[in-house]
Amino acid sequence: MHVVVIGAGEVGTSIASSLASDHEVVVVDVDPERAEQLKYELDVLTIAGDGTTSDIQTAAEVGRADMVIACTDNDQTNLVACGTAKTLGDGFTIARVKSTDFLQTWNRSEGAFGVDFMVCTDLQTAENIVRVIGLPAAIDVDPFAGGLVQMAEFEVDEESPVAGQTVLEADRYESLTFVGLFRDGEMTIPRGDTGIEAGDRAVVVGSPESVQGFATDVAPETTPGRADEIVVVGGSEIGYQTARLLEEIDFEPRLIERDADRARWLAENLPNTVVMEHDATDTEFLAREHVDEADVVVTALRSDEKNLLISVLAKRLGVDRVIAVVDSPDYVTVFEEIGIDIAINPRTVTAEEITRFTYESVAENIAVLENDQAEVLELELTDGCGLVGRPISEIVAETDARFVIGAITRDHEIVTPRGDTVLRPGDHVILLVETDSVSAITSMA
Amino acid sequence: MSTTIRVGWRASVGLTGDVLAALPVPLALPLLIALYYGESPLPFLAAIAVSLALGAAFRSVQDPEQNLGPREAFLAVAMIWFLVAAVGAIPFTVAGVGTVAHPVNAMFEAMSGLTTTGATVLRDFSLHSRSIMMWRQVIQWLGGLGILILATAVLSELGVGGAQLMETESQTEDVNKLTPKISQTAQLIWGIYFGLTGLAVVVYFLLGLAVDPQMGLYNAVAHAFTSVATAGFSPEPLSVGAFHPLIQWAVVPFMVIGSTSFVLIYFAINGEPMRLLKNEEFHFYLGAMATLATIVAVGLFLDPNTTFGAEGTVRHAVFNVVSIVTTTGYASTDYVQWAPAAKHMLFMGMFIGGMVGSTTCSIKSLRWLVAMKSFKRNLFTAVHPEAVRPVRISGKTVDEDAIRDIYAYLLLSLVIFFLLAIVIVVDAERADARVDEFEALGAAATTFLNIGPAFGDAGPYGTFATFPMTTRAVMIVLMWVGRIEIVPVLVLLTKTFWTS
Repeated sequence: MHVVVIGAGEVGTSIASSLASDHEVVVVDVDPERAEQLKYELDVLTIAGDGTTSDIQTAAEVGRADMVIACTDNDQTNLVACGTAKTLGDGFTIARVKSTDFLQTWNRSEGAFGVDFMVCTDLQTAENIVRVIGLPAAIDVDPFAGGLVQMAEFEVDEESPVAGQTVLEADRYESLTFVGLFRDGEMTIPRGDTGIEAGDRAVVVGSPESVQGFATDVAPETTPGRADEIVVVGGSEIGYQTARLLEEIDFEPRLIERDADRARWLAENLPNTVVMEHDATDTEFLAREHVDEADVVVTALRSDEKNLLISVLAKRLGVDRVIAVVDSPDYVTVFEEIGIDIAINPRTVTAEEITRFTYESVAENIAVLENDQAEVLELELTDGCGLVGRPISEIVAETDARFVIGAITRDHEIVTPRGDTVLRPGDHVILLVETDSVSAITSMA
Repeated sequence: MSTTIRVGWRASVGLTGDVLAALPVPLALPLLIALYYGESPLPFLAAIAVSLALGAAFRSVQDPEQNLGPREAFLAVAMIWFLVAAVGAIPFTVAGVGTVAHPVNAMFEAMSGLTTTGATVLRDFSLHSRSIMMWRQVIQWLGGLGILILATAVLSELGVGGAQLMETESQTEDVNKLTPKISQTAQLIWGIYFGLTGLAVVVYFLLGLAVDPQMGLYNAVAHAFTSVATAGFSPEPLSVGAFHPLIQWAVVPFMVIGSTSFVLIYFAINGEPMRLLKNEEFHFYLGAMATLATIVAVGLFLDPNTTFGAEGTVRHAVFNVVSIVTTTGYASTDYVQWAPAAKHMLFMGMFIGGMVGSTTCSIKSLRWLVAMKSFKRNLFTAVHPEAVRPVRISGKTVDEDAIRDIYAYLLLSLVIFFLLAIVIVVDAERADARVDEFEALGAAATTFLNIGPAFGDAGPYGTFATFPMTTRAVMIVLMWVGRIEIVPVLVLLTKTFWTS
C-alpha cells in the first residue's frame, strides 16, 4: 500500500513508524529540518513542503496513493490537505481534527471536505476516558456507527445477578442485544433460552447507556453506579467532552474550571454537570467540596505539570482512581510510576485509532473476538444489496451463514433489531458473524 | 450652555401620527352599528374627525432622515398608547350620557379599555346606546395584543424599527422572529389573534342559538372581542354571569388561549405542538390556575353561605380564577360576596399573569418562574459558592442580565402597586369616602396590573365611579404605565434620555 502521511508531529511520526515495515510510506512536513531528521529515524521517504499544495502532493505521488493521512496540529490544514488529495486521486483520506464542530459537519454528510474518515483527537480521548471510568470490567469495548453503538465483552462475575439466568431474563435493556457467548473458549450464538453461567464471556451490542446499564448487572462490584462521584478537573475540550459523554450515560459529574467565562459556557452546555469556578490546586477548596471522597478524578487541564500536581494531590487526599490526561507522550510512564492509575495521551490515542483503521479493511469497521472465532462488522447497506427490503427473520431463514444483528442505526438513531424489522438502504448494521461466514455475509451486502 | 435634545422625536411623533390616522378604521364598526340601530353617529364622527386632524398634524412634523432607534421607540410607545386612549375617550364625552360623560371618566373608561384592564366607571349599563357599548369592546380588542404589533403588521415600511417597537411594547429581551421580515411575523401573530376571535364569535353565537337567546350576534361579537384579548369589558351589567353556564364554560378556553404565548401557538398550529406542551412557562401558568381554582372550589364547598351546587361551585371557581390570572376580568358571579379566603386567592392570582408574548398583562408567569429558579440557584450557591449554575427555562439558559432586569421589574411593580394602594386610601379619606385596606389593595392591583374588577364597591358588579376623581386620574396614569410595562414611561422622566 502506498501511504502518504502529511504532518510529522508526534501523531504522524507514530503512524508512519507503525506502517513503515509493511507499507510504502511518504511523510510530508512543512519543516525541512524535521523532514531531514525523520529520514534517519524511519524507513520512509520524506518531503519538505506545504502538504496542502498540489505541487507537494504530486511530488509525494498522492495520485496513486491508497491512503492519505493528514495529521498536522492544525484542523484546517488537514481538511484542505484531504480536499487537495481528492483532486489528485481517489486514495482513502483520513483527517485528524480537534474541533468537534468539523466532526459534526462531517457526520452529517460523510465525505464532506473530501475526508473519508475523520478522527477527532479530543473526542477520541474523552471517549477513552469515559470507557475507562464507566466500563472497567469490560474486556473489550469498541464504538460503532460514530459512537452511537457500542460493542462490549464482559466476563460474568460470580456475584452477578446475570449468572444463572437465561439470555431472555438477563436482557432487560431496550436497545441491547446479546450477540455472542463464550464458554471455555467456545463461541455460541445465544438464543432466548441459552443459560448464562459465571465465568462466561458475554458479547453485547447496544447504545452506550444500555451497555453501561448491563455492565452494572454483570459486574456490580467494579462498575461505578450513578451515585458515584466523578470529578473532572479542567474545562478543556477534553474535559468538556468527558463530562458530556458521562452525562450521556446518566452520570452527574462535577467539573472544576478556573476561567469564569469558560465555566459559564460549560455550565450552559452541560445541564447535568455541576460546574465550579475555582482553581483546583487550592487544597482548602478541594477539602470543602469533599473531592477527597470522589470515586474518580480526571485531570484534563491544559498543562501537564498542573495535571501532575492535581493527580498527586487527589491521590494523597484518598481518591480511589485518578485518570490524568498527559499531553507529552514521554511523561505517560512517569505519571504511572508515581502512582496515577491511568495516564492517557491524546496523540497516542489518535495515532492508535488511525493505525487501527489502516490495518483493518477500509470499508468496514470491525472488531475481532476471541482468537478470530467471530467478527463484529459494521455494514452500510446500499440500494441493491441482498439484505435490503426484507424482514430479518426471512434473511436468517434463507442463509446458512451464522450471524446475529446487534444494532441498526438509521439517520443517526438506533433501531433495535427484531425479527420483523425490515432493513433499508442507508442503514448501518452492526452484526456479529462467525469467521467462516464473513465472506457469505459481505457478499450479500 | 445649551442642551440639545438627542431624541429623534420627529420620528416618534410621525409614527404616532400614522397610528392616529388609522383609527377611523376601528371607529367605523361602532359607527355602522349606530347607523344600523338608528342611534346617533355623532360621537364616532367626532372621534374620526379628531383622529384624522391629529394624525395629519403629527405626520407633518415627520422627518424621514430620523431613524426609529431604542429611544424613539420608548417615546413612540408611550405617546401612542396615551393618545389612542384619548381619542378613544371622545365618543363617551360627545355622547354625554351617564357617569362616563365627564372627561376624566371618559378617559378612565378608554384607558381601561385600551390597556385591556376592564375596570369601568359606568353605573347604569342600560343608559348607553349599543354603539357606545360596542366601542368599549372594540378598543379592548385593539389593545389586546398590543397596538404596536398591529402597527408593525400594517406598516411594513417600519422594517427593523418594528422589531424595536415590539420589544419596547412588551419589554421582552428579543422578539421571536418567526419570519425573516418582522412585519410578516407581526402579521402571522395578528392572523392567529384574528382567527381566534372569529372562532370565539362562531362558538358563542352557536351556543347562544342552542341554549341562551340573550347571546345573540351582538353579544357574541362583543364578548369575542374581549375574551381572546383577555380584556374583560362586557355590555352586560352581570358580565358573563348573565349567560347560560354552558356559555360560561365556553369562554374559559378562549381566555386561557389568549394568555398563551402566540409564538408557541403558531408553532403548535404548524405541527410542532411539543414546543408548547413542553414549555415550562406554560406548565407554570396552567399549574398556577389549577392550584388556585382547586383551593377556591374547596373553599366554596366548605362555605355554608354559598350554595352553587357541585357544577356551579367548580364553574365559578374555575371561571373566576382563570379570568383573574389571565387578567381578563370577567365574572360569572359576584365574588365580592365570597368568604375572605376565596377572595384572597383571587387577589393573589392578580399578580401572576399569563405567558409572555400573549394578550395578558400583570407580572407574567415567565418572570415568576425565572425569579423562583434563580432564587433556588442562590440557595445552591450558598452551599457551594464556586458552583456556576445557569438558570434554565425549558432547557435554555437565561441570560444573567435578564435575571437582574426581572428582579428589578418585580420590585418596581410591587413598590408601585403598594404606593398606589396607599394613595387610594389617603385620597379616599381626603374626599370623605371610606375605602378599606383590602379594597384599596385590590383596586391598586387590578388597575396597575390591568385586570379589571377588584373587591368591595369596585367589584365585578360595582363601579370605579365611587372612587374620588383624583384617584381615578392617578389610576388612568398607572393603567397606562402598567400596560406598557413601566420602563417606557419611567425612562422618559430621566434627564439622560433626552440629553445624553
